Amino acid sequence: MLTLLILAPLAALVLANLPFGRALRTWAHPLTLVLAIAQVGLVVFVPTDSWNGPCPLEKFFTFGLAMDQIGRVMLLSIGIVVFSAMMVAGSTMAPGGPRSRFASVMLIAMVGMNGTVLLRDLFSLYVFLEITAVSSFVLIAFNKDRDALEGAFKYIILSAVATTLMVGSVALFLLVAGETSFDAVSRALLNANTSVVAKVAMGAFVCGLFIKGGLVPFHGWLPGAYSSAPAPVSVFLAGIATKVSGVYALVRLMTSVFGPGSVSLNHVLLLVGAASIVVGALAALWQDNLKRLLAYSSISQVGYIILGLGCGSPLGVLGAVFHLFNHSVFKSLLFVNSAAVEQRVGTTDMNRMGALGGRMPITSVTSLIAVLSTAGIPPLAGFWSKLVIIVALWQSHDYAYAFIAVLMSVVTLGYLLLMQRKIFFNETSEDMMGVREASFGIVVPALVLAAITIGVGVLFPWILNTFLLPIGGIL
Amino acid sequence: MNDEAWLFSAFGTGTLLVLIAGVYCVLVSRNLIRTIIGVEILTKAVTLLLILAGYITGRTALAQSLAITLIVIEVAVVVVAVSIVVGLYKDDDDVNAGTLTKLKG
Amino acid sequence: MLDAILLVALVLASVLTVMTARVLRAAIALAVTSAVLAVVMFRLGSPFAGVFELSVCAGLIPAILISVIGLTRRLGPEGLAARRIERLKRYWYLPVLLIIAAVILSQVNLRVDHMVQPITPEADPRTVLWNLRHLDLLGQIVVLLGGAFAVVVLLKELRNER
Repeated sequence: MLTLLILAPLAALVLANLPFGRALRTWAHPLTLVLAIAQVGLVVFVPTDSWNGPCPLEKFFTFGLAMDQIGRVMLLSIGIVVFSAMMVAGSTMAPGGPRSRFASVMLIAMVGMNGTVLLRDLFSLYVFLEITAVSSFVLIAFNKDRDALEGAFKYIILSAVATTLMVGSVALFLLVAGETSFDAVSRALLNANTSVVAKVAMGAFVCGLFIKGGLVPFHGWLPGAYSSAPAPVSVFLAGIATKVSGVYALVRLMTSVFGPGSVSLNHVLLLVGAASIVVGALAALWQDNLKRLLAYSSISQVGYIILGLGCGSPLGVLGAVFHLFNHSVFKSLLFVNSAAVEQRVGTTDMNRMGALGGRMPITSVTSLIAVLSTAGIPPLAGFWSKLVIIVALWQSHDYAYAFIAVLMSVVTLGYLLLMQRKIFFNETSEDMMGVREASFGIVVPALVLAAITIGVGVLFPWILNTFLLPIGGIL
Repeated sequence: MNDEAWLFSAFGTGTLLVLIAGVYCVLVSRNLIRTIIGVEILTKAVTLLLILAGYITGRTALAQSLAITLIVIEVAVVVVAVSIVVGLYKDDDDVNAGTLTKLKG
Repeated sequence: MLDAILLVALVLASVLTVMTARVLRAAIALAVTSAVLAVVMFRLGSPFAGVFELSVCAGLIPAILISVIGLTRRLGPEGLAARRIERLKRYWYLPVLLIIAAVILSQVNLRVDHMVQPITPEADPRTVLWNLRHLDLLGQIVVLLGGAFAVVVLLKELRNER
C-alpha cells in the first residue's frame, strides 16, 4: 500500500504527459487535486497497521518503506497543502499549458515528499530531499521573472551546500556503520558514543538539514525565495516543502537514528530553535512586503518546532510534530490570503493597501483566524501546540528557553496584528476602490484551512488521544 | 593497518583541501557560472569521500551505487541551475552576480 | 606513490579550476579535475563509479557549461588583463589558505576512530544498485524527470504564450 503513495503521483505524471495530444495534458491539474484529496482521505480513515501490510507490487520492487504516526501526520499535511496550492494555482495560472506543467512539477514534488516521510534509509533520504528540492527550484522560477530566478538560484546554491554536508555525512556513516539504513546507523551509533567521526557525521547532517529547513543562521535563501515565488508556490513552500525537508527529517533523525539521548545535539537544537524564533520575529516587525513578513514569520515558527524537538522528551517531540501540522495549516492559510490580496490588489506592498476588510470579508476573517492561531491564542490549534512545547521545555528544566518562547509569542502577535491592521483595517486609499473578494479557487482553500485550524483547536482533547499520543508511544 | 591509516589521512586531507577550494569558489565568485562550477567541485570532494569510505570498509559495491546516484542527481541540479542562468541572461547581457542586489537577507 | 601524485594532481586541478581567469578555461579545468578523480576512483577499487564520473562529470557537465558560456559576452584583451589583476586581488587567498590547511592537516593525522569491520569486496555494484537500492533507482528516474521539466518550463518558448 505504501508504494502506492509514491507511485500514484508518478503514474499520474506519466499519464498526463503522454504525447497523445493536448487534451490529455489538461488532466494534470485535476489529477493532482484528486490525488491530494485522496491522500488526505486515506490517511485519516485507514489505520496505520493496514498501511504497513503486504502489497502485490512488492513482488517487483522492495522500497523498504514504513509508516508510523509521525508519517501519518506528515502525509496529512502534505495532502492538505498540495490541495491548497493547486486550488490557488487554478486561479492564478493560465489554463492549458502553464497550469498543466505546474501540476506536473507539483506531482514530482509529491513523489519527493511522500517518499521522504516513508523511507528508512539515510542516503535515500538525501535522494528524495533532492527530488523535493529540484521540483521546488522549478516551481519558484516558474514565471521566469527576474526576482524569482534570483531567488531560485540562491536556493540552489545553498541547497547544494546542504547536499555536500549530507552526502559527506553519509560517507562518514558508511565508515562507522557499513550501511546507510536508519536501523544500521542507529545500532552502530549506540556503540560509538565517543567517536569523533560519528559526531562530525551527525553534526554535518544536522547542519545540512538546518539549511534545507531555513533555520538561523542558514536562512539566507528563504525570504527571497518565498517572496518572489508565484503565489501557489509560496503556499507550497511555506506550508510543506521546507517542513518536510528540514524539519521532518530532523524529527526522524533525532527520534530514530541519533537517539533522543544525544545531549549535545539537543543543546544545538535548542540554541538554533531559539535563535530562529527571535531573528524571525524581530525581522518580521520591520517588513513592508507581505510575503517577506510571512517568510520571516515562517522562520520564527519553525524555530518553535525545533525548540520542542530539542527538549529530548517524548512530550517535546509530540509538541514539535503537532506544531508542524498546525504550522502547515495556518501558514498556508496566510499565504493563500496573501495570494488573494495579490490577485485583487496587484501588489504585496502593505503600505499601499488598506481597509480591505470590508471589501474582502472572507479573506479578512480567515486571515484573522490564522493570525490568532499563529500567535497561539486559545482555543485555536496554535495555542495547544505552543502550550505543549512550552510545557515540555518546562519539564526538561529549560526555563530560559520557555521564557523566550512565551516572550516571542507576544512579538508574534504584535507583527501579525500590525499586518492585519495595515491590510484590512486601515483607511481606504483610492487604489482600493475596485477591489472585491478573491476568486472561488482561492476562497475555498482559505475556508477549508480556517475550518481545520478552528476544528483542531476546539476538538483538541479528541485529537490528542486519537492522533497525537500514539506518536512516540506516549499512550 | 598502517597502510590503511595513511590512506585515510592522505585522502582525507585531499578531500578537505578540495572542499576548501570549492567553498572559496562559491563564496567569492561573481559570475554565476563560476558559482555552479564551485558547487561541482564541492560535489567532487564528497564523491571522493564516499568512494574512499567504500574502499576502506570494503563495501565498494554500496559506495559505487551511492556515488552513481549522486552523480545522476548532480546532473539534474546542474541542468536546472544552468536553465535559470540562461533565463537570467535573457533579460540582461550579463551573468555577473554583482548585479544581483535584490536578495539581501 | 602513484596515489600521492594523483592526490596532488587532484588538488592542483581544482585550484586551477577556481583561479583561472576565463570561465571557459574553468569549465575545461573542471573536466580535467573530474578525469583525475575518475583515475583515483579506479585506484580505489571503484571502476563503475569511475566510468560514470568520467563520462558524466568530465564529459556531459562541462559540455552543458561550455554551451551556456558560449552565450555570454567575451571580454576583449584589455578587459581580460584588467580582470586578471582584479581577480588576483580577490583570489590570492586561496593557495595561501590551502597551504596552511595542508600543513595543519598533516600534523593532525586524521584517523577513523570507530570503524565497522571491513569486508572483502565481493558484490558487484550493478547487483547492489539493481537489487538492493530500488528506492534510489526510482529517485534517479524522478529527479531526471524533474530536470527535464526544468528545461521545458524555463527554456522552451511555446507558441501559445507569445
